Amino acid sequence: MTWVVGVCGVLLTIALVLAVIRAEKGPSILDRTVALDIVVTTMIAAVALYAAVERRADVVPVLVVLSLVGFVGSVTVARFASVEPEGEGRVRTREEVAAEDRARREAEEGGGTDEHGGPAEGEVR
Amino acid sequence: MSWETVADVVSAICLLGGAFLALAAGVGVLRFPDLLSRMHAGTKPQVLGLVLVLIGLALRLRSGGAVWALVLVAIFQMLTAPVAAHMVGRAGYRTGKVRRDLLVVDELTNDLDRVREDDEA
Repeated sequence: MTWVVGVCGVLLTIALVLAVIRAEKGPSILDRTVALDIVVTTMIAAVALYAAVERRADVVPVLVVLSLVGFVGSVTVARFASVEPEGEGRVRTREEVAAEDRARREAEEGGGTDEHGGPAEGEVR
Repeated sequence: MSWETVADVVSAICLLGGAFLALAAGVGVLRFPDLLSRMHAGTKPQVLGLVLVLIGLALRLRSGGAVWALVLVAIFQMLTAPVAAHMVGRAGYRTGKVRRDLLVVDELTNDLDRVREDDEA
């Protein structure tokens, strides 16, 4: 078991260093995020390796927490790094919602030339 | 050869496999040219590598409660990793980090172009 731990530790350390180098180099914030995701995953693997070597079952909750929390960082960064199409990211006012509803209702009642969800041709209403 | 020895050997193999996948992700994320291929490399240890490491750990611990917690870890990771990858990929596409010259097919851009033409027509 000892040499297995040694080899695994070396592999994980190299992976960690390479990911940190990528996080330092960038070039964009999303590349850094992906690299830091790998750092978190490597940390989970390292904690699991420690628990396996020492046969410590009390470390397992740490793994649960890490796997739950690990994705929050990249989701947050991606949320703020992305450009949204106009009008998608804000809460619409009451008038705009009403106008959209009206437009949709009119489209449903008249014509039905819409490609998706329109009534079948020759349908009796 | 007892049952415990076999479990230990299998666990060692699984741990080595997981650590190797982590190393592959480190090499890939450093050497690959653009965001999507880096994400591709990064997802290897996130699911398969983690599952291998957890199997290795479960074979070492061999007690009921801890093993169920490990199943929970795997499930959480499979739930959260795609969410993060989706967000990062979408943000990367919208900010122009996708290099089209490296892609074999790019259906999203083609579809978006078609929709835009339809809107204009």
